[in-house]
Amino acid sequence: MRLNRFTGPAARPQSPGPAGGGPRGNGATRGKIHFEKGSGVTIKRLLKYIHSGGYTVMFVLSLVCMVVNAQVSVRSSLFIRTVIDDFIGPLLLQTTPDYGPLVIAIRNMAILYACGIISSYAMNVLLTLTSHGVLNTIRNEMFGKMQELPVKYFDTNSYGDIMSRYTNDVDSMRQMLSMSVPQVLSSLVTIVSIFVAMVRLSLPLTGIEILSIFVIYFLTATIGARSAKYFRERQKTLGDVNGYIEEMLNGQKVVMVFCHEEKAKEAFDKKNEELCEKTTRANAFANILMPMMGNLGNFKYALIAMIGGALAISGNGGLSLGAIASFLLLSKNFNMPISQISQQINSVAMALAGAKRVFELMDEEPEKDSGYVTLVNAEIDEEGNIKEVGEKTGKWAWRYQHKTSGEVEYRELKGDVRMEHVDFGYTPDKMVLHDVSLYAKPGQKIAFVGSTGAGKTTITNLINRFYDIEDGKIRYDGININKIKRDDLRRSLGMVLQDTNLFTGTIKENIRYGKLDATDEEIMAAAKLANAHDFIRRLPQGYDTVISGTGSQLSQGQCQLLAIARGAVADPPVMILDEPTSSIDTRTETLIQKGMDKLMHGRTVFVIAHRLSTVQNSNAIMVLENGRIIERGDHDDLIAQQGKYYHLYTGK
Amino acid sequence: MIKKLAGCVREYLIYTILSPLLMIAEAVLEVMIPYYLADIVDLGINAGNLDVVRSVGLKLIFLAFCSLMCGIGGGWVSATASAGFAKNLQHDMYHKIQDFSFSNIDKFSTAGLVTRMTTDVTSVQQAFMMLIRMAFRAPTMLVFALIMAFRVNASLAMTFVYVLPVLIIGLGVMMRTAHPMFVKMFKIYDKLNAVVQENVRGIRVVKAFVREDLEKEKFGGVAKDLYRTNVKAELIISAGAPIMQFCMYTCMLLISWTGAHLIVSKTMTTGQLMNTITYIQMILTSLMMFSYMIIMFVIAGAAAKRITEVLEEVPAIRSPEDPVTEVADGSIVFKDVSFGYGESKDCLENINVEIKSGETIGVIGGTGSGKTSFVQLIPRLYDVRGGSVSVGGVDVRDYDVQALRKSVSMVLQKNILFSGTISENLRWGNEHATDEEIKRACELAQAADFIESTPGGYERVIEHGGANVSGGQRQRLCIARALLSDPKILILDDSTSAVDTATEAKILKAFREDLPQITKIIIAQRISSVKDADRIIVMNNGQIDGIGTHDELLGRNVIYREVYDSQTKGGDFDALK
Repeated sequence: MRLNRFTGPAARPQSPGPAGGGPRGNGATRGKIHFEKGSGVTIKRLLKYIHSGGYTVMFVLSLVCMVVNAQVSVRSSLFIRTVIDDFIGPLLLQTTPDYGPLVIAIRNMAILYACGIISSYAMNVLLTLTSHGVLNTIRNEMFGKMQELPVKYFDTNSYGDIMSRYTNDVDSMRQMLSMSVPQVLSSLVTIVSIFVAMVRLSLPLTGIEILSIFVIYFLTATIGARSAKYFRERQKTLGDVNGYIEEMLNGQKVVMVFCHEEKAKEAFDKKNEELCEKTTRANAFANILMPMMGNLGNFKYALIAMIGGALAISGNGGLSLGAIASFLLLSKNFNMPISQISQQINSVAMALAGAKRVFELMDEEPEKDSGYVTLVNAEIDEEGNIKEVGEKTGKWAWRYQHKTSGEVEYRELKGDVRMEHVDFGYTPDKMVLHDVSLYAKPGQKIAFVGSTGAGKTTITNLINRFYDIEDGKIRYDGININKIKRDDLRRSLGMVLQDTNLFTGTIKENIRYGKLDATDEEIMAAAKLANAHDFIRRLPQGYDTVISGTGSQLSQGQCQLLAIARGAVADPPVMILDEPTSSIDTRTETLIQKGMDKLMHGRTVFVIAHRLSTVQNSNAIMVLENGRIIERGDHDDLIAQQGKYYHLYTGK
Repeated sequence: MIKKLAGCVREYLIYTILSPLLMIAEAVLEVMIPYYLADIVDLGINAGNLDVVRSVGLKLIFLAFCSLMCGIGGGWVSATASAGFAKNLQHDMYHKIQDFSFSNIDKFSTAGLVTRMTTDVTSVQQAFMMLIRMAFRAPTMLVFALIMAFRVNASLAMTFVYVLPVLIIGLGVMMRTAHPMFVKMFKIYDKLNAVVQENVRGIRVVKAFVREDLEKEKFGGVAKDLYRTNVKAELIISAGAPIMQFCMYTCMLLISWTGAHLIVSKTMTTGQLMNTITYIQMILTSLMMFSYMIIMFVIAGAAAKRITEVLEEVPAIRSPEDPVTEVADGSIVFKDVSFGYGESKDCLENINVEIKSGETIGVIGGTGSGKTSFVQLIPRLYDVRGGSVSVGGVDVRDYDVQALRKSVSMVLQKNILFSGTISENLRWGNEHATDEEIKRACELAQAADFIESTPGGYERVIEHGGANVSGGQRQRLCIARALLSDPKILILDDSTSAVDTATEAKILKAFREDLPQITKIIIAQRISSVKDADRIIVMNNGQIDGIGTHDELLGRNVIYREVYDSQTKGGDFDALK
């Protein structure tokens, strides 16, 4: 007989994806199997992972074990015939029964069984090691690749979509590798073995068997197709209802403020009713499928018994009693692998689609980096001679190696940034920046003001090469930033963004993110600078308090203070501040103003802010509108111009 | 918990009862079928009697047909029952949540409620279906197959008894050791997802600090953890199939041996031997089913508990018996009010203030100073801890909650629009509002211009979460929505922060000139938003630091002065458009 591989809860790790996205119910598309294009390529690629991970031997071995196991199962069914025909029959004829041969047969069978059990266990162990090993490699590779993708990728792919590749897609691959593939293969082996055994037992009965299998297959396929249709419908309604729940519960406080409760109940009940209807239909058909298979199997069983019986009694077809017995057992065991294949093929199709999505992410074009100018620690003597050194000196230099001559040149890192006639668009057909030119000399503070969507953030994102410009040039200390090694470029630029994005871990770890080898003293100094020290100290575990990535235990303002501290500890020569204090109330902002001034002192700073106090004392203020700089100058100049800035400033 | 959940069966009771009955019938029939098969072999084939073969065969087909009908019936009935049960469960939860007050929602968190209403309901629904199907089918089959096996031949059936302990202990030990592994595994899954999530969201930070390698390392660590736990858990589970096979095969060998003896000694027939083997399969399979079911129930148990928590939650705020249903005017009195959220300490202390009907009050103060808490007490979104809040001369706790909230319109700090057209959203304020009324409210809120200038106008569809309107537009729509309910008191909780100064001035002017009878309370960050108010309340650390007009406060209130200085006459560069 054929045994299901035991499936514990491991078969269904509930990947906590976005609400409403997770699959509910089972066999969503049973009946209609749909393989995506290019499945062959996907399979090849998966096999490559098995090979490159060194799992080939294991995988092949597990397949061998599987064949052995399936064979033992089939033999086990035939064993009954052997016992009845070859032993019990003769024994009945003997006056003093000699059980010796039976003992030997049972012993042989016991050995065979032992092989079956061992190979079954070995198969499971090998498959577990292989599939999880492969998945671990894939996960790591996927994450590694993701880190190298340009920011643009994250703009164009939704968070939920990326997440589901890690959860649903990887999981469907796990299902396939550790369950579906072995089950399909093993079912195939079983089917072939059983079929061969059947043919050997009785050709006419095999004919009947095949005929009934076709009938059963036809009936179940019809039901299956309907079930699949209803499941798709249900899935859609379910997504709808879950979306409604999510939206309404998110706005529950609004519902209450407007006394909208009764209406909300009414609307929900209507949707819920529809879902109930669809679920009933989908589940009913799915539930019917199993008894259908089983009982049609019983029909077949009875039919074969009758026909076989008739044949045996009439003496046609050379059927022995034991042969009918064995055939009936085989016939019963024939159902299971067939229904298994039809179920598993479906999940294989789904898994291949998942694998394809995973590989798609891996195949995305990584960020370009053709830079060859690197950042090195340097010692600079009084005459301005630069010497590259290994240890940290607090001074940095660009190391510039000429491609042709191999000559090495050093240039001190000062923080001089210039943009010349820069054009840029997130998509080629829609430019968001037009002909932007500006310069920031070392130590200068440049502010950007303008309405939302004017292009302030975009400009700063070009300096650190989150995006590459379409036309024009950006020079850093006179070097085109395309020539600077990307990581070194970013290392020389500090960033504090409006969206703080902290990471799960202690406060200390979060601040240390700016400089991995920062001492506790440095971290505390940075926190003090950002005026975060006080609130951190009041937390239950101080600097060792663990916060979650969303910083839910902290207020938005406190998160921003941490982000400022994180930027401060990095101590870069150039800083980009994009609305760093937007969620901090004006009073606290006044308090940290000194810290911010200190942070900005002695470096080139690009700052985006909507508060005047932050902008006012800049060396230059750029007023942006629709991607163009429409006014520039310091505060007094701009006021005197009586242009846009003047209007913004005076509120007129 | 069970009682609470069982209460959701209701009109589906008949289906819920019918399902197990049909399942039991199906199981019994399925056990009986091999029994008749023995007759075919023994009485028919062995005896060479074709009539018996035919009659028993037909009997068999009849039984299989009955079993099929039971199976189909059971499938349909159980699907109806479980879907209906889930429907009622969701219905009850949703209705319950509608009765919640703010503090109830805070307790569960919105995300928590969403999970309970979606994922948790699904797993309870599946468990319910399992309960009314397999939970009856498997034991019935087990017991019945056992009885039948003993009836066929007791001494042969005894072989099960030798093997059963091995199976039960084997599977039991396996599940016990595996369970904590799986619990651990789910936790690591969460951790892994959290790392990915933080990286996807914070990719700019990762790149800005060039921490790709650090993140890879971090992810690699968690992934390795997951790999190890996964492998460990599944290696334990791997023993399941071999244990089953061991029991099955042992039975086969024992039966072959004993059976041969019994047949030779003429106490048993070959047909019976075959039957016995079929029964072993049934018994062992149903035992497998059983252990699988236990796992399902354990998983669903946690979900059921979370659902019950929602169903059993007592709404914190309810209308009193015999409530006041008319709000006389827009006057507000806070008397010695103290307030705090949940178990935490007071965030409002000693609040005493009287507001006359029709007055415009500005509220200003830093984050965490208690501004929002202060205004939320007026429509009784929360209850005070000490003291009292009165509206129109009556304690808010004496009003019918709905009546009170209809008279006190509040624009929340977190502005939310719902998917649907603009006019549908606005009609939240008043479902019977005419088009003219809607237009007028929008004009007052300075929203009419942008609505009318975009294609679709008032029938333009707002996407999920109001994603397709800008922050400032959303705020103005929310103000219009609040105005439509024709309130006696209007509260704006930082609701013009994304509206530019000029437009804001127009809104405030419209309030002053066109809605003089309404009491207006305006919380703001910007001095410009409140400086023309009749009086301004300065909040600090949960207390009122000062009350007075702009000029008075400039003169005597230090905090107000500081805020004013930090903003000077400040324009808000970001809020243009």
